[in-house]
Amino acid sequence: MIKLNNIQRNFLVGNQTVHALDNINLTINDGEYVSVMGPSGSGKSTLLNLLGLLDSPTEGSYFLNGRNVTELDENEQAMTRNQNIGFVFQVFHLIPRLTAAENIELPLVLAGISESVRKERVHHALESMKLLDRAHHKPQELSGGQRQRVAIARATITEPSILLADEPTGNLDQKSGLNVIETLELLNQKGITLIVVTHDAALGARSTRSIGMIDGRIDSDSVDKKSANHSGNSPGESDVTHT
Amino acid sequence: MLLTRDAIQFSWQALSANTTRTFLMLLAMSIGVGSVVILTALGEGARNYVTAEFSALGTNLVIIIPGKNETSGDNPMGLIGITERDLTIDDAVALTRHPKVSRIAPLNIGGAEVAWQSRKREVSVMGTSHEFQKIRQWEVAQGKFLPKIELSRGSSVCVIGSELRNEIFGAHAALGQWLRIGDRRFRVIGVLDSEGQSMGMNVGDSVYIPVASAQALFNVPALFRIFVEVKTREAIPKVITFIKSTLKERHQGVEDVTVITQDAMLATFDRILSALTYAVAGIAAISLFVAGILIMNVMLVTVSQRTNEIGLLKSLGASSKAILNLILIEAILLSALGALVGLVLGQLGCWGIRSAFPDLPAYPPAWATIASILVALITGVLFSLLPAKKAAQLNPVIALSKR
Repeated sequence: MIKLNNIQRNFLVGNQTVHALDNINLTINDGEYVSVMGPSGSGKSTLLNLLGLLDSPTEGSYFLNGRNVTELDENEQAMTRNQNIGFVFQVFHLIPRLTAAENIELPLVLAGISESVRKERVHHALESMKLLDRAHHKPQELSGGQRQRVAIARATITEPSILLADEPTGNLDQKSGLNVIETLELLNQKGITLIVVTHDAALGARSTRSIGMIDGRIDSDSVDKKSANHSGNSPGESDVTHT
Repeated sequence: MLLTRDAIQFSWQALSANTTRTFLMLLAMSIGVGSVVILTALGEGARNYVTAEFSALGTNLVIIIPGKNETSGDNPMGLIGITERDLTIDDAVALTRHPKVSRIAPLNIGGAEVAWQSRKREVSVMGTSHEFQKIRQWEVAQGKFLPKIELSRGSSVCVIGSELRNEIFGAHAALGQWLRIGDRRFRVIGVLDSEGQSMGMNVGDSVYIPVASAQALFNVPALFRIFVEVKTREAIPKVITFIKSTLKERHQGVEDVTVITQDAMLATFDRILSALTYAVAGIAAISLFVAGILIMNVMLVTVSQRTNEIGLLKSLGASSKAILNLILIEAILLSALGALVGLVLGQLGCWGIRSAFPDLPAYPPAWATIASILVALITGVLFSLLPAKKAAQLNPVIALSKR
């Protein structure tokens, strides 16, 4: 479970302090499917970076599965990222010199897992993403949709509890985008907490909970109860009344 | 935690992906290591060459030079002594009285024109005794060396070097022929088999005559050197004391000779040439330093180019320490590989030098080889610390957003 208490994230721009996140209180339960929406500069990506432990709050505390992760040192945060959090980026961020299989394998390499175990898990991931025949292809030899599926396989190879996706379909055509979002939703249905940052209203509408942000604050937090009940997950809460 | 084997493999993939950059860095490092290997091999080769030359002078050898080395300024060997009293044949004879002296050979040197029939040649003429051959351990190819006669007696016989034999007599038999040396005639009784350089003169292109005959030929009563061979190494100090006291007594109480041993000469040359080897190694090491700076520059560019990748690795769970290690491993791989290539290039260079100059034993000393590898590795790591730290400290959010 994710719990943010009075999170403040300020940046100093020149002499001015910009409140990228302003007094955020948010709870996201395990297995939720959350979309974060809002205009540019509203703090969506900053929130995602904080949730992914890529950034630290200026004030407030972040509890992940009951543990205050803002108090962890740099190494512990890296380990937490490796084991509990997966990232899917708009621009895929695949390493060009590595094959699809090697890109997927990276988090396991960083975790120090033995090669035999890695190969087995990578094979399974490639199979589930229908990429077995592309295992030894370099990213530039793959289509956009395939690249994003490689990125999803990489993000989930360590079986994290949270998957953070920043505009996952932003660089894809409609068909590939739909394919990618269905893959993510399938993972959510299997129990992973899925948090998607997007500008795309249609994509946001697919989630069971939609958080709207404006000027670093949570402006709305709505739950599609039907979908939420359908997926069997009960939503968490924010400082904004659910609709 | 990232396994070392995986870290090496990951760094290797990064190096292999940019072959031009990697090749240039390898080239820089290998030139540095290769220079150290070749230059120290040259220094060491020169040292060994000189050592071998002096060793070839004989064993348990003591050399007496006229004059005190204090009178010859900075010359460490005292090779050009200045004295008012010459070394004479009688001085040499007097030294044979010591029971530990096994052989004595006086030496006079001059230059003269030798001629046979219409052939002429300017050569070095050495006036000495029959024991000189044994002291110098020379082989005689034809005939025999100078006869065993009293040192004060001259004789019209000569021994010639093999090169001189070929130049003067060509296809004709040399033994028994009369050779004109200056304005005198000498019968050739032997041809030396030995070659090479001795005291700056070409052994094969010299002529050897009895010392008294040389004194008469050059009209110089003074000796250039007296070679004393001592029976045992342990007896050398006592023989030196005897030489000094005997000659002081003979020279009206003035100690005006310099007595040097083969060991002292070798030690002096060894010191000089070792210092030279260290100096050239130091100069060559500068190129390793330059290679290190190049590695630092290129690694800084690499970190800048791979900012995105570093951000990604952090998002996937790489700690700052893991990033630091990955960059350092790249530098170590580059340095180690560069050192290896440099060693091969250096050895090839040494082989080339040995092929071109067979007399020069241009083998790099082990210390230089080990030191060049260590310096290459240390330089590579030290100069990569800055770019590695820069990479490790990258903010993942900013790194990921860089396009």
